[in-house]
Amino acid sequence: MSSVARPAFTGRKARFIALCLLPGVIFVAVFTYYPMIRGAVIAFQRYNLFDLTSTPFVGLENFRSVLAEDRFWTALRNTGTWVAVSLFFQFFLGFGLALLLRRQFRGRGLYQAWVFFPWAMSGFLIGLLWRWMFNGQFGVVNDLLLKAGIIDERIGFLASPGWAMTSVIVANVWYGVTFFAIMIMAALQSVPGELYEAASVDGASRLRQFWHVTLPHIRPTLALIVLLRIIWILNFPDLIYAMTGGGPAGGTDIVTTFLIQQVIGGDYGRAGAVGLLVLGLLLSFSVFYLNVTRFERSR
Amino acid sequence: MRRLAKGVVLGAWLLITLFPLYWIVVTSLKPKAEIFSMPLRYWPGEVTFEHYEELFSFADFGTYLLNSLLVSLVAAGAVTVTGVLGGYVLARFSFPGRGALMLAYLVTQMIPLFIALGPLYLLMSDLDLLNRLAGLMLVYVAMLVPFATIIMRGFYERIPVALEEAAQVDGASRLTAMARVVIPVMLPGIAATYIFAFVQCWNELFLAITFIDSEDAKTIPVAMNSFITQYDIDWGSMAAATVVSVIPTLILFAAIRRYIVEGLTAGAVKG
Repeated sequence: MSSVARPAFTGRKARFIALCLLPGVIFVAVFTYYPMIRGAVIAFQRYNLFDLTSTPFVGLENFRSVLAEDRFWTALRNTGTWVAVSLFFQFFLGFGLALLLRRQFRGRGLYQAWVFFPWAMSGFLIGLLWRWMFNGQFGVVNDLLLKAGIIDERIGFLASPGWAMTSVIVANVWYGVTFFAIMIMAALQSVPGELYEAASVDGASRLRQFWHVTLPHIRPTLALIVLLRIIWILNFPDLIYAMTGGGPAGGTDIVTTFLIQQVIGGDYGRAGAVGLLVLGLLLSFSVFYLNVTRFERSR
Repeated sequence: MRRLAKGVVLGAWLLITLFPLYWIVVTSLKPKAEIFSMPLRYWPGEVTFEHYEELFSFADFGTYLLNSLLVSLVAAGAVTVTGVLGGYVLARFSFPGRGALMLAYLVTQMIPLFIALGPLYLLMSDLDLLNRLAGLMLVYVAMLVPFATIIMRGFYERIPVALEEAAQVDGASRLTAMARVVIPVMLPGIAATYIFAFVQCWNELFLAITFIDSEDAKTIPVAMNSFITQYDIDWGSMAAATVVSVIPTLILFAAIRRYIVEGLTAGAVKG
């Protein structure tokens, strides 16, 4: 789309390009890349905010100390659960919603406006909202479950490790279904109508049409949306921070809440080490994922 | 039958989506005694605005609101201008380093920026920008430039180049052509970018709590974060604060619903 017959690359043009790009580049370089690189360097230093008199390079000591800590491994396991379970429900519920909203019906616009509102809220506010609803004493979730006869006594949802993880995932699913619904609806609309016409001439049932026409067409988009989503859920400590702060006893810690605790604790050396570990994990996962889904070839 | 089933499912989902919002509004309107009493009432026995009044009289919420507004308005403005300029160049020219720059911007949308949180604190401290709204604005601009540039580039690519070329044939310089012909066509997209950026700043928590702890520089999320104490949360005030801070974003998002897909793709919201 962007390729256009372009005039020669002249000095005046180069100046224009530089002028337009420079403000953004400077901001990102100074306030994003510089601190990121410094964070990576600090990972190999003893660097504690409360004792900056000496910050010697200590090799891999920070990594060793992080990897020796049980809480880190708990956080890592929790991250797996948090990402996989949240993603599973977000994806299938979102897909279902997108299919239901695919055809025009009276009031669809209004419905979408209402059902998509959680997206305008921050993860922090959503976390607070659900923290209140999951309250062990005065929470409405307990009240509704009691009324429905599903439970006999109130559950301290956010106070017990098992329930706490379930609770933050429920909140995350509630939040993220919208994202998938929007993105999958857009993908569905990109399937050319002629494909369906051809399929129905051939007498294919709707299920077969979906399986043989729709799905293959949107598969590359789906693969990419899912990867983006995995990365974002992993980078999304806001909701957990607001609901449980990672507790009880690290039961809902994920790697990013663990990282933030290191920063708040002032141990920037260890924070840097955790950051690099997470980054390495993300990179290797992305490469693996793109290979498995064969994103390039199917494009 | 099929239509009925569809209606029931859609209705149920709407209920599940809206109930938490309803619940927080109801909580904010209940007297304190009623919030913490059994049995739970699904409609306040007595509607009160005491939590809202408290917010502005005791908690100085007016100041936080103004701070949030100021930071978000200014930072979103700067981000949008940067995106309008940078996106144009990335959409219309090929030049050495273009791919690398796109990649450098995309990477910031993918990796956990929390790795930069500590060093960013040190940098802000060196620049004497801690506890200052200006410092927060600078960091927010940097945080949102990649998103704004990427989304604007996408908007430019939908506009035929012929439009600008025609203006340039008439003797207008590139910049004039841009200002007179391209920008007017782009206005809705520019507005959407501005709103996305505004909402991101309005909602941002972790950078703000890292850099701000003085009362007169707190933004709304920082203030709400300090409402959370170890053992006790005043849920009446918290609910009222949630309602107050969410109303502007709801209105703004309703206004830019058409651009939501573009926004999500470019990374307007993560998580």
